[in-house]
Amino acid sequence: MARIIPSPIVSVENEAFWNAAKQGRFTVPTCGACGKAHWYPRAICPFCASEKVEWRAASGQGTIYTYSVMRRAKEPYAIAYVTLAEGPTMMTNIVDCDFDALRVGQQVAVVFKDTENGPPVPMFKPA
Amino acid sequence: MTIKGKAYIAGAYEHPTRHAPDKTVAQLHAEVALGALKDAGLSRDDVDGYFCAGDAPGPGPATMAEYMNLKLRHVDSTELGGTSYVALAAHAAEAIALGKCDVALITLAGRPRSEGQATGTTPRLRDPNQPEAPWEFPYGLTTANGYAMCAMRHMHQYGTTSEQLAWIKVAASHHASHNPNAMLPELITVEDVVNSPVIADPLHRLDCCVISDGGGALVIVKPEIAKRLKRPPVKIIGAGETVKHLSGGTFDLTTSGAARTGPIAFAEAGITPADIKYASIYDSFTITVLIQIEDLGFCSKGAGGKFVADGNLISGVGKLPFNTDGGGLCNNHPANRGGMTKVIEAVRQLRGEAHPKVQVKNCDLALAQGTGMQLGTRHCSATLIMERE
Repeated sequence: MARIIPSPIVSVENEAFWNAAKQGRFTVPTCGACGKAHWYPRAICPFCASEKVEWRAASGQGTIYTYSVMRRAKEPYAIAYVTLAEGPTMMTNIVDCDFDALRVGQQVAVVFKDTENGPPVPMFKPA
Repeated sequence: MTIKGKAYIAGAYEHPTRHAPDKTVAQLHAEVALGALKDAGLSRDDVDGYFCAGDAPGPGPATMAEYMNLKLRHVDSTELGGTSYVALAAHAAEAIALGKCDVALITLAGRPRSEGQATGTTPRLRDPNQPEAPWEFPYGLTTANGYAMCAMRHMHQYGTTSEQLAWIKVAASHHASHNPNAMLPELITVEDVVNSPVIADPLHRLDCCVISDGGGALVIVKPEIAKRLKRPPVKIIGAGETVKHLSGGTFDLTTSGAARTGPIAFAEAGITPADIKYASIYDSFTITVLIQIEDLGFCSKGAGGKFVADGNLISGVGKLPFNTDGGGLCNNHPANRGGMTKVIEAVRQLRGEAHPKVQVKNCDLALAQGTGMQLGTRHCSATLIMERE
């Protein structure tokens, strides 16, 4: 796997996610006021504007909403949106799979992958 | 308050170049500005409002106003990506309606081809302060695979096929074959498209637009000035703009911002999609066209594949002649931004000055629709409706 995954930019707003990720824990920002999970993670709930956003442990289960295999890249990779069991749909990569067997609606599970020199990022593989 | 009838497009100019290693970006901006002013029958001294977007060098208005030595009383550098110029035409009409300026100049120019930009296939980190960057950049989001994910979902949801998408390129190529400046003037078939190399599933190389240097400009004036000019008057009668984004992770990638801006613009103009004789539709990729055609109401959601097939977008053949200059798919996509050329070709059609082989008969109502930035994440949409007087 020659593809080097760029490191995510760690900020004060998202460092708790990356600290959990380093321990292999996948968390999803969820609003303590309206109860809804959202993505991408932010400190202010995009649905009700509450600041009571908490990082909650997530199941890591999801389904592929859409995907595209970047054939043009030197090392092809599959970018995708995965709809999490917790509700929101997130951008990710589908890894450890046969690209030609991917399909919309497929069940997938989270797996953390190392980045160039930062924390690991959540990706998904066929469940 | 409405912009309907408050401003006219008096000048429109598309730079003939598609490869400009011998010119600077500022120089191209100035050349298209002078071209549009000449077309209108006005001079640089008449300009009192200047409009530009993210392609303008440096901070935009200050740099370009100095370079061109403009004397201004109104400026606007709204950056909405490739559709900026569709929106800026409406902003110019708004400013004119409010008396903030009388003669508005809008310019676009760039040299992505000379500068060798890997425009659509390389992940780019634009600004580390963008809050979405950590959640997208590591995954290799590029222009091409973002749009490809919209196409993949549309195919899944509505049964759209690669062959149907290919018809959009085929129609554009029929139009480009009559344009001596087009980058891809040769006729392209459905087979050519689906047999071209896959860039990002399901989009092929020929589903993508061209990469070209060049630019274009518009001059928009108040009615009193339009009346004394010699060019056929093109009246702005309706407009809409919005941002469509991922809504906290609850989104539908088969829909664009045109679903919002189309109805707003049609309502202001007091017309319906069925009244439109010619449509310029932003065509960064074939899928971009298909989704916007549905969202504007030219057909129902999901029926776009059938609608665009079998030459229905070819002038003189189909029901909705589109991008009769060849569009971004075959003619020109200057500075990787297609909004300016969309308005310019609509003006040509309304004036009756499109190439005779593609000129729409009795073209009295035209629309220009653009989406800027990334359909697969967040984008800006602008719709502009124009009428020949």
